[in-house]
Amino acid sequence: MHDLAPLHALGGAEARIDTVAGVTLTENMGLALASVSARKGQETACRAHLGELLEGSAPEPGKTVLHDPEASFWMAPDQWMVGAPFGTHEDLAAQLKARFCETASITEQTDAWVCFDMRGDGIEAVMQLCANIDIERMQTGDAVRTVIHYMGVYVLRRDPANWLRILGSRSSAGSLHHALVTAMKAAL
Amino acid sequence: MSQVNRLDGGLIDRSETYSFRFDSTYHKGHKGDTLASALLANGVRLMGRSFKYHRPRGPMTAGSEEPNAIVELREGARKEPNTRATTAELYDGLRAASQNRWPSLAFDAMEINDLLSNFFAAGFYYKTFMWPAAFWEKVYEPIIRRAAGLGSLSSQDDPDDYDKGFLHCDLLIIGGGPAGLAAALTAGESGARVILCDEDFLIGGRLNFETYDVGGQSGAAWAAETVARLQTMPNVRVMPRTTVIGAFDHGIYGAVERVSDHLPVPQEGKPRQILWRITSTRAILCAGATERPIVFENNDRPGIMQASAIRAYANRWAVTPAQQVAIFTNNDDGHRTASDLVSKGVEVVSVIDTRQDALISTDYDVIAGGVIDQTWGRLGLKQIEVKMPKGGIRRIKCGALGVSGGWNPNVHLTCHQRGRPVWDEALSAFVPGGALPPGMTVAGAANGVFSTHGALNSGAETAKAALSDLGMTSKAPTLPDAEDTPVRITPFWHVKSAKRAWVDQQNDVTAKDIKLAHQENFRSVEHLKRYTTLGMATDQGKTSNVAGLAIMAEVAGKAIPEVGTTMFRPPYAPTAMGVFAGRAWGKDVRPTRLTPSHKWAEEQGAVFTESGLWLRAQWYPKAGETHWRESCDREVLQTRKSVGVCDVTSLGKIDVQGADAATFLNLVYCNGMAKIPVGKVRYGLMLREDGFVMDDGTAARLAEDHFVVTTTTANAVGVYRHMEFVRQCLCPDMDVQLISTTEAWAQFAVAGPNSRALLRKIVDPGVDLSNDAFPFMACAEVTICGGLRARLFRISFSGELAYEIAVPTRYGDALIRRLMTAGEEFDVVPYGLEALNVMRIEKGHVTANELNGTTTALNLGMGRMVSKTKDSIGSVLSERPGMNEEDALKLVGLKPVDLSNNVPAGAHLLTKGAKVTATNDQGYVTSACYSPNLGHHIALGFLKSGDSRIGEVIRLVSPLTGVDHEVEVVSAHFLDPEGERLRA
Repeated sequence: MHDLAPLHALGGAEARIDTVAGVTLTENMGLALASVSARKGQETACRAHLGELLEGSAPEPGKTVLHDPEASFWMAPDQWMVGAPFGTHEDLAAQLKARFCETASITEQTDAWVCFDMRGDGIEAVMQLCANIDIERMQTGDAVRTVIHYMGVYVLRRDPANWLRILGSRSSAGSLHHALVTAMKAAL
Repeated sequence: MSQVNRLDGGLIDRSETYSFRFDSTYHKGHKGDTLASALLANGVRLMGRSFKYHRPRGPMTAGSEEPNAIVELREGARKEPNTRATTAELYDGLRAASQNRWPSLAFDAMEINDLLSNFFAAGFYYKTFMWPAAFWEKVYEPIIRRAAGLGSLSSQDDPDDYDKGFLHCDLLIIGGGPAGLAAALTAGESGARVILCDEDFLIGGRLNFETYDVGGQSGAAWAAETVARLQTMPNVRVMPRTTVIGAFDHGIYGAVERVSDHLPVPQEGKPRQILWRITSTRAILCAGATERPIVFENNDRPGIMQASAIRAYANRWAVTPAQQVAIFTNNDDGHRTASDLVSKGVEVVSVIDTRQDALISTDYDVIAGGVIDQTWGRLGLKQIEVKMPKGGIRRIKCGALGVSGGWNPNVHLTCHQRGRPVWDEALSAFVPGGALPPGMTVAGAANGVFSTHGALNSGAETAKAALSDLGMTSKAPTLPDAEDTPVRITPFWHVKSAKRAWVDQQNDVTAKDIKLAHQENFRSVEHLKRYTTLGMATDQGKTSNVAGLAIMAEVAGKAIPEVGTTMFRPPYAPTAMGVFAGRAWGKDVRPTRLTPSHKWAEEQGAVFTESGLWLRAQWYPKAGETHWRESCDREVLQTRKSVGVCDVTSLGKIDVQGADAATFLNLVYCNGMAKIPVGKVRYGLMLREDGFVMDDGTAARLAEDHFVVTTTTANAVGVYRHMEFVRQCLCPDMDVQLISTTEAWAQFAVAGPNSRALLRKIVDPGVDLSNDAFPFMACAEVTICGGLRARLFRISFSGELAYEIAVPTRYGDALIRRLMTAGEEFDVVPYGLEALNVMRIEKGHVTANELNGTTTALNLGMGRMVSKTKDSIGSVLSERPGMNEEDALKLVGLKPVDLSNNVPAGAHLLTKGAKVTATNDQGYVTSACYSPNLGHHIALGFLKSGDSRIGEVIRLVSPLTGVDHEVEVVSAHFLDPEGERLRA
C-alpha cells in the first residue's frame, strides 16, 4: 500500500462543503471514473458488456444509468463514462479492461475530473444562472454536456431529483467552484 | 411645500414616504413612484438639458421611451449616467443629478449653443470641421464631446455584480398589459411553460394608467388579481422589471432583469441585473403602443408631454405636472386625458383638437380645428398660443400641455431580424408586417388592436394559436368585459413653422433639419437618419420616427409608406454594459487552471505566470535573492549539476488506443510512428494540411494498441481537436479511440545527473532504471512509493539525463513533496518555467516560439523527419517549391560578439553592414536568454540559409529596444550537442 496522501481538487485534505439557503455543494472525491469506447466492429459486444455491468442496458444519448456500484452516462457515439465508488474501485479501469477485453478501449479518468454534488430544492434556480440547459425539463437519469462560465462540464440529474452531479476539469476546480457558489448566492 | 402637485388616489403606497435628492434639493415621494413622478409631484418639471442645444427639458413620457428626462443616478462608484427618470424606481435615499449642464440646471452656460443654432443645423459637423484636417482629433472632437449632452462616468470600477442566466419555455410573452396577461392566462391554464416579462415594476401595462372598468373592477385591480393568479401557477414565471431587449436566432430572446436597481445597494451576493437568454418555442409580442407627439414650434418646453403620459401620471402616480393643463390632439384619445384630469380635480384649460369634428365636452373647453402655434416659458411651460380655426390667435395660460398625435404600435422586436412594418391607413401607424422572427406572433396594441376588449381577446386568441402550433390544446379563459372604443383619428403631423419645431427631442432634430436633409438630396430614409441623426439616440426614435417620416414624406411629395422605415436593432431599450459582461471581468474573465503542485509551490513562495489558462511556477525565489535571474540561474545550475524537478502536467496528454492506433499516428505525424516498439517513446512532428508545423511532442507506446501522446501546453486543445477530426472525418474506418488525459495525470520532469538516483528512491524495487534496462526514450507503467500506479518516461527537454514521472493527479501534491524530501541528499531544486526555458534554449530544443504557425520542418532543421516513404498529413504540401527554397530560413544559435551584450527576442537579423530595411531582413530571433552555464546571452532564431552560415558575424537590430550590435551564428545546440548527457 503506497503512502502518498491524496489532495482534493480544491486543495484541501478534506472535501469542501458550502451551503447557501438550504442548497449544499459538496466536493466529492469518492468517485472513480473510466471511459469506455467501443472498438471498431465490437460495438454490440461492448454494449452488451456495459449492459451486463449495469444490469440493464448501456445509457442512450443524454442519459445516465444510475446503478450501484457502477453507474454510467453517455458521452459520444459508442462512448460512455463509467463511475463507481473510489474506495472499492480505484482500479476501475483495470476492472473494466478485464471485463470488456478487446471490445473496448478503457481509459482511467478518475482524476481528470472534479465532482461536485449539489443538493437542495433550489438547484434549478442555481443552474439557470450557470448553464444554458433546460434544467426544468431534466429528470432523474438525464445527463448533459454543457458549459459553465466557459468551462466544459457534465451535469447529471440524480435520484432524488433535487440532486445534481457536476463533473468539471480538475485543474479548474477552483474556478468552477467559484462559479457555482457565486450562482448559489445570487439565485437563492 | 412638499408634493404640491400630488393628487388623490393612484397606485402608490402613501404609507411609505421616501426622501430623495435631485441636484441639491431634497424632496419627498412614495413607494411606487418613479423619480419622474416624484419630481413632478414636487413641482419639478425641469429635469435635463438637451443633447445639442442645451435646451431646458422635462419628461415627455412616463415610460422607457423617454427622450428628455435623462439623469445620473446614485453617487460614487455606483453612479450611473444617462438613466431615464421615467423608469427609475424611487427608493428612500435615492440621489439623482441632472447632467449636461454647467454650472446648474436652471442656468446652463452652454445654452449659448441654442442662440447659435443657425450655425449648428443638421450636417454642420460635416461642413464645418473639414479644415484643417489635423484639428479634428485634437481640437474639434474634444470640444464637441465636452459640449454634447452625456452624463459623466464615475471612472471607478462598478462595485456591483451582473449575472447571465438561461431560461427555457414553450411560450414567451413580452409585455404584461391586457393582451399579455390574457395570453399568459390562456397559456398558463393550458399547462404550457410560460414566461411573462414586463419592463415595469408593476405589471399591467396601460391597465395601471387608465380608469375604465375591466370586469366590474378597475383595470389595475384586474391586472393585480391576474398577476397574482399567474404567480400561483407552477408552469408560469412572471418577471417584472424585465425588459426583452432583442429577438435573436432560433427563438432566443435577450432580457434584462433589473434585480436590484430599486435598492440603494444590492443584497449581499445578489446581482444588480441579470441578462437572461430565453430560449422559447413560441413568443407573443404584447409590447403595447407609444403615443406620438405632434410637432410644432417650441414643443419641447418642460411641461409639454404626451397626453397619455399626463393621464398615466394622474391615474397611477396621482400626480399632475401642473394645476392648469391644456391638451392638443388629433384623435379621441386626447379627450380621455382631459376627462381623467377633470375627474381628478385638475383644471383643463382647453382641448385644442385639430379636427373640425372634434368631440364636444361639457367638462372642458374644446377648440375644434385649432392648432398650437407657439409656446412660452423658458424653464417650464407658462402659456400656449393657439391659432384659431377661423383665424386669430388665442393665448392660454397653462403649466402643462398634453399632446396626442395617435398611437404607434411598438413593433421594434418584430424588426430585429429585418422584418419591415407595414402602414395601416385606418390607424395612421405602422403595424407589424413582413417576416417576423420565426415563432413570433403579435397581439394587442402592438398589433394595432387598441381597445382593452380587443387587446384581451387578441392576447387570448394569439396564445391559443401559438399553443395549437405546439400541438397543445388550450382552454379559453373567461375574459372580463372591457371598453371597446374604436380609434378615431385624423392624421396631423406638424404645425408648419419657419422656426424650430422639435421632432427628435433626444437628438435635437427639428422639422427644419429634415427639410434641409431633403434639400441637400439625402432622399433615402436611411440617409436622412444618418444626416440628421433622427432616431439615432438611445430611445431609437420611439417618439419621433413616424413624425419624422411623415414630414419627409410631405417634403418629398410621397405617401408615408413610400418613404419606408429605418431598421430597429437590439437592444430595445438602453442597456448597461455591465450586464453584457456579466461575471466575466477581471480575474473571472476566464477560468484558471492549477497544476497538481500548485499548493506546494505557493508554500515555497513561487512566482507564477500564465501559460494559457494555466498558472505555472515561473521561478522559486530563495531567501536573499532579489532578482528573478538569480533564482533562475540557481535553478538551472543546480539542475545541471545535480537534479531538479519541474511540474509539466500542463503539457497535453492524449490517450490513443485501438488496433489501428499506430497506423493512425503514422498519418498524423510526419515522421514514422508505426514501428515504435512497446516500451519506447518517439519524438514526433505534426504538420498542418498546408505543410506547416502544427505542433511537436512525444508518442509513448504502452502496448501494441495503446499510446500516450503529448502535446505542447499551448496546443493541447488544438491538437486533440485535430486528431478527432482526422479520426472521425479522414479515417472513419480505422479502429482508433481518443480521449484527453491531460487532467488525469500529474506529471513531473526529474532532470539532472542525479535524477536516476533520486527516482530509485521513489520507484518501487523491481523496476530496473539502469541505462541498459531503461535507456533514453524508454517508457513503462510502474509503481512507486509502495504500490501507486505510475508512468515513467525517459525523455529530456533540458538535455540532461532526465525522466518524466506521472501519477494520478490527486497524488501529485504528495509526489512533489516526496521528491523534494527524497532529493535532499542531492540538493534537489524545483525549477520553474524560466529555468526550463533557459535549459531548452541551451539545448536547442524548440517550443511555441519556434512553432509559431509560420515555420516548416525545413525551417526547424527537421526537414528529413518528413518521411517520403509514407503518407502523412501535410507531407505533400510541405514539398511546395516556395517552402523549399535555397535560402529558406533555418534554425540557428546566436551569441553576441561582445559577450556583455544581450540578444533580445524579436530582434531582426541583417547581413553585416546592411541598412536596416525590410528588404534586407535576413531573419529574426525567436527565443533568447542568459545562459548561466555559458556566462553570456544566447538565442535561437531563424536565418536565411542559416545552416550554411555557422561562424558568420551578422548584424542584430531591435529598433524597439534600441539594440544594434553584432552576433555570431552558431549551432542551435549550445550545450552537449552530441547528446551524451541525456543518454548517460
